[in-house]
Parts: sequence; structure tokens; C-alpha cells
Amino acid sequence: MSLIEFFLRHQREIVQATLEHVWLVGVTMVLSVGIGVPLGVLVTRRPWLSRPILGGANIAETIPSLALFGFLLPVPWLGDRADRLAVVALTLYALLPIIRNTAAGIAGVDAAVREAARGMGMTEWQILRQVELPLSLSTVLAGVRVATVLTIGIATIAAAVGAGGLGEFIFRGLAMVNNQLILAGAIPAALLALGADYLLSVLERRLRPAR
Amino acid sequence: MERAAATPAADSAVIEFRHVSYLLDSQQELVKDVSFAVQRGETLVLLGRSGAGKTTALKLINRLLEPTEGQVLVEGRATTEWDAIELRRHIGYVIQEIGLFPHFTVEENISLVPRLEDWEKERTRVRVKELLAMVGLDAAKFSRRYPHELSGGQRQRVGVARALAADPPILLMDEPFGALDPLTRGEVQREFQELERRLGKTIVIVTHHVSESLVLGTRIGLMEGGRLAGIYSPREFLESSEPTVAAYVAHLRMHEGIEGGE
Repeated sequence: MSLIEFFLRHQREIVQATLEHVWLVGVTMVLSVGIGVPLGVLVTRRPWLSRPILGGANIAETIPSLALFGFLLPVPWLGDRADRLAVVALTLYALLPIIRNTAAGIAGVDAAVREAARGMGMTEWQILRQVELPLSLSTVLAGVRVATVLTIGIATIAAAVGAGGLGEFIFRGLAMVNNQLILAGAIPAALLALGADYLLSVLERRLRPAR
Repeated sequence: MERAAATPAADSAVIEFRHVSYLLDSQQELVKDVSFAVQRGETLVLLGRSGAGKTTALKLINRLLEPTEGQVLVEGRATTEWDAIELRRHIGYVIQEIGLFPHFTVEENISLVPRLEDWEKERTRVRVKELLAMVGLDAAKFSRRYPHELSGGQRQRVGVARALAADPPILLMDEPFGALDPLTRGEVQREFQELERRLGKTIVIVTHHVSESLVLGTRIGLMEGGRLAGIYSPREFLESSEPTVAAYVAHLRMHEGIEGGE
């Protein structure tokens, strides 16, 4: 049986798993942007927090993903549902590039522009919302892009704790020594990553401030 | 919080420095015991070399910096007693690198303070047109452009228009024409001189160009190493026999006509 035949035969399951995968990644990205961008801003506002925040995110990044899922399993509320656990673990991974790029983007805003904003009587909040964030948007988005591609890959491991997604095929294929099954998980995951990378890079270029 | 001295300014000084010092840290004293007053409608030029403390002095006025010692009074009130935001919206500010917002159009840049102050849309629109005309730019042509689509001189004009947007009684300008070539610089200076006369604002300009000081200033404050060496009218400045002033004037004479470029 050719790979194409295999894909066609299992079309419904593959689509189902892909949707689960997209859902896991989507929720993770919403959470990690929601947490990562404010943390990135905080790093620029309170430099002494930069070490603990970036350090913490760095450490999370270094924990092998399979181990991280394992560590979180016994945690009370987290371990109750596999998808919840997976999203939290994935969010921990996605945070670093987002925090780092947000901080770098804001730090990269021209000092003259920032000073003009202050001198014209904008409040800190107005400077952030109307000047710093819009001007660092493309850098922040570059971080989101890296995080998204990373998350799409790591999310395959989530199947190990039963969270579903394309990793299901990969783990089953490994257990059954069935390459077609592995590819049924790996190919859609790779395509998702490429697609997300492309779409976000287009958006990033559009939002890059003219100079 | 220290309190303002009980006695108000003797006359109607709009800006007053009273024994102001500003220390960056224990090593560097950027402004040393500076005292002066600027009257309503006057244009004071702070002239001096780089590092003489001119820009620092300027930033003490709109409270981008606060004095380490002494007081800066704006309209009789110490800047530290003003709400910083309110104070800054009361003072137009044009800076060296212009600081136009690259992601805003010309119109959005100019209308920033009116928008912050919640002006009505129509009033803001009319005001932007008026300002663009005032600085000699065609509104229909320039409103929707972004700063990077403008020449240096045009950007400078937009910077001035932006600072004037909410009609602040005070205007601070830090090397406002610094980035311009000598010809454009002369042109913009002349235009600004005209504006100056028409608007009657109280203005403080920082520059290291002698000719600019003489053209734009009603008085010239010479700064050296953080101190105010003296305040002169343009005539007094030209005729002064003090060695430092004479050195500036000699430099001007030597570069007669072409001074103004870098």
C-alpha cells in the first residue's frame, strides 16, 4: 500500500488529529502571547526582573519535553486532564522567544522617539500602547513565529500523556514499527509548521515599521 | 517633596532657574548653580559647546529631569510641584533628532497632543491644516505621508508644527535645525523667525551655532562646563570684550556667511 493510499484511507483520522493539534497549538499561543508580552514589557520596565524572568524561561526551555510532561503529570489540577497539562507545558516552552523578542523590540525603539513621546506629555501607558508596542510589533511577531513553529513540533510529544494531536500517529507508528503511520503524523505536522511560518512571516513583513 | 519658595517670582518670569544644579551621579555635575529668568514672549538661546549642559538645562524645564539642587519654576510654580504630564502638555518640545513617530503619518504626528487632550475630530483636522500652512507645507500633499517620505527640512517643519499643535505658551527646542544642510537651515531659520514674531511664545532654544543664536534669540545665554557664563542681548554679545564671547564672535567672523553648517 502506497503512502498516498494510506493517507486517503485514514483521511478522517488524520484530519481529526490535525485539528486537535491545531487546537493545542492555538490555545498555547494565545496563552503564551497573553503572558509573554506583558512579561517582556515588565523586563524593560524593571531591569532587575530581567534575570529571574528570562532565566526562568530559559530553564523551562532546557527541560527535555518528554520529561516536562512527566514532571507535570502528578501536579493536582494539571494532571486531571491531558490537554490541560499539554497546553501548560507547551506554554512554558513558547514563553522564552516571546518574552525575549518583546523586550528586544521595545529596547530597540529609537531613544529620540521615546523622549519626544515623554516630552510631549504622554503617560507611560500611552507611550507603551501608542508608540513602543506598535514600533516593536514586527519583532514581537518574529518571536511569536519562532514560538509557534517550536510549539507545533513539541506538541507531537503531548500524545505521550494522551493529549491527542498528530503525535498519536507517531507514537503508534513507533510502537508498531510502521513508517507510514509515523509519516501520517510527521508530514501534517511539518506542513503545519511551514504554513504557520510562512503566514506569520508575511504578517511580520507587513507590520515592519517603515524607516 | 520639597516645597517652592514662598516668594513668587519678582516679575512675570515664565521660566526661572534658581541656583539649579543637576548631578548625573556623584562624579558628574552637568548643570552647576545656574540662575536665570525668561520673560513672557522672550526667546532665550542657550549657546555652548557639546557637553556644556544646555540640553540638560532644557530637560529640567519640562521635567524630563529634576534638579538635584535649587528649583526650576514654570509660571511661578516649581516643576516638581506640577503634574509632569500637565506640565509637558503645556510646553511644546522640539528635539534634535526630531523624534517624529515613524509609524504615524504627518497628520497623526501633528495631532498627537490634541488627540491626547481629546479634542473633537473636526477641530483637530482644522488645526492640523492650519499648522501645516503655518510651517509652509501643503496639507493636501503632506498630511498622509510618513516621516521617512519627507526631506530633512520637511521633517523639521513637521516637528515644529507638532510642538505647536495645542498652542502651548512655552516652546523648548533642542538643536531644532541641527540636522539640516546650511541652505535649508537658513531658510527654516528665517521662517521660524517670522513665526516667532507672530506667535509671541516664550521660547528656549539650545544650539551650538553662534549665527543661529544671533538670528533667533532676543537674549543669548552662554553656557560653559555646566555653568551659565553670562546672558547677553545679540548686540551685547557681538560687542562683548569677554574672552570667551570674543572667541565665539571671532569664530563667527571667520566663517562669516557660511557658519551654520557642520
